[in-house]
Amino acid sequence: MVDFSLSVREEGNVVIIETTGYLNNVGGEKVSEACYEKMGGGKKYFLLNLENSKVVNSIGVSILIEIIEKLQDVDGKLGYYNLAPIVEKTFNIMGLTKYSTVYYSEAEGLDGMT
Amino acid sequence: MSPKKTPKVELTLPIIPDMELAATQTAEVIAKHMGLSEEKSAEIGMALIEATINAFEHSESDSGNVEIHFVIQDDSLVIKVTDKGKGFDPTKVKIPKIEEKLGSDHKRGWGLQLVQELMDTVEFESSPEGTTVTMTKKK
Repeated sequence: MVDFSLSVREEGNVVIIETTGYLNNVGGEKVSEACYEKMGGGKKYFLLNLENSKVVNSIGVSILIEIIEKLQDVDGKLGYYNLAPIVEKTFNIMGLTKYSTVYYSEAEGLDGMT
Repeated sequence: MSPKKTPKVELTLPIIPDMELAATQTAEVIAKHMGLSEEKSAEIGMALIEATINAFEHSESDSGNVEIHFVIQDDSLVIKVTDKGKGFDPTKVKIPKIEEKLGSDHKRGWGLQLVQELMDTVEFESSPEGTTVTMTKKK
């Protein structure tokens, strides 16, 4: 099993999740668990820093679609930054960028979230 | 003078979680050898992840293995992903749309779409004895 880890912090009302490793089914589930736990506490703005997750698969990305769906219910937002070009291309092909936003820095993401 | 041999690389991957990464690492080395751009190399890697996972998950192969053949040609890289599973009808695979996935219980099913978008050509040969997906990336 490939290692995957994440860290969670908050900047104002935005939750920032920084991932490390292959964003597959296991990684996607860990991201969703972290999001849902924070959503349970009333948070609804999430930024994923994918700088250290340069390899993804469509199963992991499908779990992000599930997070988008849940955030739509609470008028929340999901954004990403530091994406490898192939990850951004994958998000475009799968249509994630219609319902969530790719930013090019944390500062831009924080501005765009609020 | 004997004709130039076409270089080939062959991998046999056991169906074990994350073993698709062994295929992408091999593809990266081959892409570098061929002088492909980083963008093309990454597209090949992503397509290979998806094709290999599809073979792992859907073939229900008794052999427990997936075969991957890389054929290095002057103007392109040809990759064949073969399983000895039950086969499928590619014409019956629905093109996924995120609008339909949102609100649906089935969020997955993006593999073939990604392979087709990321590679230059994709062909399927499938029968009850197995499936071969042949993907090409031009230089």
